[in-house]
Amino acid sequence: MITTNPSISKDKQSRNDLNEMLQEISALTWRLFIQLIRRPSTLFAGVLQPLIWLLLFAALFSNAPIDFLPGSSSYGEFLGAGLIVFTAFSGALNAGLPVMFDREFGFLNRLLVAPLRSRSSIVISSVIYITTISLLQSFAIMATSALLGYGWPTLGGFLLIAITLLLLVFAITGLSLGLAFVLPGHIELIAIIFIANLPVLFASTALAPISFMPQWLGWIASINPLTFAIEPIRMAYHSSLDLNAVLINAPYGEVNGYSCLAILFILTIGLFFLIRPLLNRKLA
Amino acid sequence: MFFIQLRDLFKSYGPVRALNGLNLGVPKGSLYGLLGPNGAGKSTAIRIICTLLDPDSGHVEVGGRDALFEEKEIRRRLGYVAQDVAIDKILTGRELLQLQGDLYHLDRKHKRQRIDELIQRLDMHDWIDRRCGSFSGGMKRRLDLASGLLHEPELLILDEPTVGLDIESRSVIWGLLKELRNKETTILLSSHYLEEVDELADEMAIIDNGKVIASGKPDDLKKELGGDRVTLRVREFSDEAEAESVRKLIKNINGVSNVVVNQKQGYSLNFLVQSNDVISNLSSHLSKENFEVFALSHSRPSLDDVYLQATGKTLMDAELELAGKRDFKLENKKSMR
Repeated sequence: MITTNPSISKDKQSRNDLNEMLQEISALTWRLFIQLIRRPSTLFAGVLQPLIWLLLFAALFSNAPIDFLPGSSSYGEFLGAGLIVFTAFSGALNAGLPVMFDREFGFLNRLLVAPLRSRSSIVISSVIYITTISLLQSFAIMATSALLGYGWPTLGGFLLIAITLLLLVFAITGLSLGLAFVLPGHIELIAIIFIANLPVLFASTALAPISFMPQWLGWIASINPLTFAIEPIRMAYHSSLDLNAVLINAPYGEVNGYSCLAILFILTIGLFFLIRPLLNRKLA
Repeated sequence: MFFIQLRDLFKSYGPVRALNGLNLGVPKGSLYGLLGPNGAGKSTAIRIICTLLDPDSGHVEVGGRDALFEEKEIRRRLGYVAQDVAIDKILTGRELLQLQGDLYHLDRKHKRQRIDELIQRLDMHDWIDRRCGSFSGGMKRRLDLASGLLHEPELLILDEPTVGLDIESRSVIWGLLKELRNKETTILLSSHYLEEVDELADEMAIIDNGKVIASGKPDDLKKELGGDRVTLRVREFSDEAEAESVRKLIKNINGVSNVVVNQKQGYSLNFLVQSNDVISNLSSHLSKENFEVFALSHSRPSLDDVYLQATGKTLMDAELELAGKRDFKLENKKSMR
């Protein structure tokens, strides 16, 4: 008589489950990349917009007094970090659009009627796609910024930039995917993206330091998640890597590099827990 | 033995009740037709069977499993071809099938083999490597059918599969459905085309206002009517009182049964006659009471007559009536996940 060790068969089953989940995630991610390759305008627009900003804003404020730009030798150099974060932020904010179109055109039903190992695969593939695109776009800005003579980070700085961007992209992608399942259609989602995009940029330290802002705006900028991503990246560019150093002189106190990353981490986890029940309900 | 069993199914979209105590049994290995006007509740019932929608109450069993609790197992066993073809316009037809294969966890070799078989069977080789955005309605529908069949499901569910299709595509789809039926695949097909259900279905149910009003084999349902269908007009446009008087008169004639006043068709009278002699005697009965025969048609009973008998209106009239009542915006909103 042949007997099967239950722990071995359980192990085999979970390996099979994992393989199936990987198969569905890679297929769904592949679909999103094919769409991008065949319709690359959004990728280019995502890079082009911040590049135009970089060129125009750097030129516009080229004669601004250097004194108000802590640690930077030119406005273009100051602006670089802000635009890297803005690029990643904008890309992540758009993460919900493909999901929204799939909802509207019924393609999501095709996915939901399939025996997916986990419906989280739909969300995970979107996160992988948007993260890759946002990072690619951000690195394109970094490369252009370097070509314009605004510097290039060290390896450690590069790592810090990658971690910071990942945290921000995860958080904003989660938020955008949550909105894509809550809002009734793509018009509403695009409206929110339009409303959020520029005000969030202006109310951060992307274009000017807190010391340059009126007090009310300084308060907003010092609680804006973009600021907590911009300042570590600015540090990665312009000074030695010391996460203990104070990066933000906020009205409520000083914030160092570790605190910036911790806040981004808490934001990501917080948004994940906020959105998870919603996704569970919508994808149940 | 039923492969699909629905019991006391209720579902509402806001104030609109889509299913109103639906009971249905689909025998294993049969091609089962769901006939009813648009808005009768067919698509809602299908979406519930496919695990895309939860009923407000009721019981759904598919292949001996509770579809409301064992959804993943149900999804593995069924193929679904939706009413609105949802394809990714950017992908080619072949890429869409590959994606579908991965979502059903087919291994690479099996996936390629099945895709090749279906391309061949559904005659898609000339255009399968083009982007889906360039496909006609018929091409999209064939591709959608191939997607639903890729994993060789035990149950295939098709929601209005031939609406608006060209003759060639319709013929290809009908041919494949007949072939699948012969291979014992259970098929549930919803349609508002009478000839489609008549041609394909082994058994059928007529749905009206969210519940089954008649079910059985198409031929039996027609036979149950008990004779040939006659449509009579005593005037081009009668009124209700006149139609009622004629109804009372002819219902007492020997060999006449199931007399229905069709309000939508100018108060014409529809009834069954057991033989041609009855028709010959009809005019004399009418003239005795000062009625004339303005128009009279006589035909073998169709499924529309079965529908008319059960509801007092034709399928076409029911569609027109329901079209005005439906809130498509609300239905779309509710059907979006």
